[in-house]
Amino acid sequence: MNLPATKSQNGSPNKPKKWRKHILEEARGKVFVYFCVFLLVVTIFSIVYFIASRGLAPFISQGVSLKDMLFGLKWKPEGEPPLFGALPFLFGSFTTSVLAALIAAPLGFCASVFMTEIMPKFGRTVLQPAIELLAGIPSVVYGFVGLSVVVPFLRDTFPGQGIGILAGAIVLSIMILPTVTTIGTDALRSLPNGLKEGSYALGATRWQTIYRMILPTTLPSLLTGIVLGIARAFGEALAVQMVIGNAPHIPHSLFESATTLTSIITLEMGNTTSGSLHNNALWSLALILLLMTFLFVFIVRMLERRVKR
Amino acid sequence: MSAQSFYTKELSVYYGEKHAVKRVSMDFPERQVVALIGPSGCGKSTFLRSLNRMNDLISGARIEGKVWIGDQNIIDPSTDVVQLRQRIGMVWQRPNPFHKSIYENIAFGPRYHGVRNRKELDEIVETCLRKTALWDEVKDRLNQSGLALSGGQQQRLCIARSLAVQPSILLMDEPASALDPVSTAKIEELISELKQEYTIVIVTHNMQQAARVSDRTAFFFLGDLVEYDDTQKMFTNPSKKSTDDYISGRFG
Repeated sequence: MNLPATKSQNGSPNKPKKWRKHILEEARGKVFVYFCVFLLVVTIFSIVYFIASRGLAPFISQGVSLKDMLFGLKWKPEGEPPLFGALPFLFGSFTTSVLAALIAAPLGFCASVFMTEIMPKFGRTVLQPAIELLAGIPSVVYGFVGLSVVVPFLRDTFPGQGIGILAGAIVLSIMILPTVTTIGTDALRSLPNGLKEGSYALGATRWQTIYRMILPTTLPSLLTGIVLGIARAFGEALAVQMVIGNAPHIPHSLFESATTLTSIITLEMGNTTSGSLHNNALWSLALILLLMTFLFVFIVRMLERRVKR
Repeated sequence: MSAQSFYTKELSVYYGEKHAVKRVSMDFPERQVVALIGPSGCGKSTFLRSLNRMNDLISGARIEGKVWIGDQNIIDPSTDVVQLRQRIGMVWQRPNPFHKSIYENIAFGPRYHGVRNRKELDEIVETCLRKTALWDEVKDRLNQSGLALSGGQQQRLCIARSLAVQPSILLMDEPASALDPVSTAKIEELISELKQEYTIVIVTHNMQQAARVSDRTAFFFLGDLVEYDDTQKMFTNPSKKSTDDYISGRFG
């Protein structure tokens, strides 16, 4: 260490030692954080790469056309010739998810309003923990409850066997309720108090304030909750699979057996050999799921940008 | 607007155990500006907020005593607060325009109260914006968001908004303390204009402002109304020593 020089500048002989220690400390922290981020990025990209490489193989080298997969109605991967029409699965996934969101949105929104505007204390201490608990229930339990409660109810009330799109949507709607409610509640809580007072001061009733001011102002955030709910419902496999019936065709009613992208993957993945056309076609379905998720994330980002504006 | 008396009698406000406003009796002469001054936490904002029952929104707040507007005691539980707040406009320290267009911000209140006719709404919007000297600045962009305006303009928009439901009394809680000097001057000018038509109660931390805009001034200290007199007298020859100390900046 070149003590004389530093000593003349600072008058402290400890200076270079401490300085070096700090540099080292910073470097250590930096390396650690960079390493973690690197690992994360590599993992994400390799997952995407893996799914894409397997999922694109049927179109590139195994002679399946994208059009047949997206719009084909028949799924017979082991048939002669094999058919890979995934439209019924896409249809099933979309209808169950969207229907689930339609059921969950009003319920979740009302719960949020109740928790923030009407009975904040009861909401925070009882209702919110109860709803958060819903998020912790394993999906197999949801499926089981759906199978033993929802399906018999639908069977007795409507024509058909009870299994089908509506049963799946009802089960999913309860599963996504925590997402919709939590995001809705956060949005309502973050609304500046001044806005509410401003509305009340104009002589608005509570209902008018909620309906005309709070709802429109927080709408983008509420929609974010709904889109995230749809995304979750879209990716849910087990619970839906247990109540939807898993028939690979487009149903004529809500009470007829149908299937979804996720359930067809879980059902058939075990029966195929790696690298076979059938196996790769299932990867294509996974790729579609992944792209859909990207789309949902993109929509959420757009909505968030609207909130900030 | 018909002449009506507006006064409080032994008005007390509690937050839980805390006695925030202590048996305050004062009257607000019609079409005059009354300024409430006093150090932070002395109860003047709380007092103001109880004049239109805004404290109802705060859990744990309790009001005792009476506030008379005409022949109605508004503290009475049977009072229709919705109707009451229509008669008493309120403006806050922080401008709080709704996340809507300028037009919709003003049409908001009238819509609550059942005005649907587009022409009528147009008229209300224009009148209110003219009254707050905002019309010439925004008439070409009524459909822009109210949040796109400057702070001072937002505050004037909020005043315009509160005028749209045709109140006779305006409560202002430090309406200019978040604004720059130019905007402040505009707000003060506006207050002097508005008092031709409205009874105004304004809370302010700015002594000069109180002296400039108000006809009467009330000095609050620790929840008590210490002195209430003509502004002229309050600022030149107050009868209580603590008023004098506060106004001349010796404490608070």
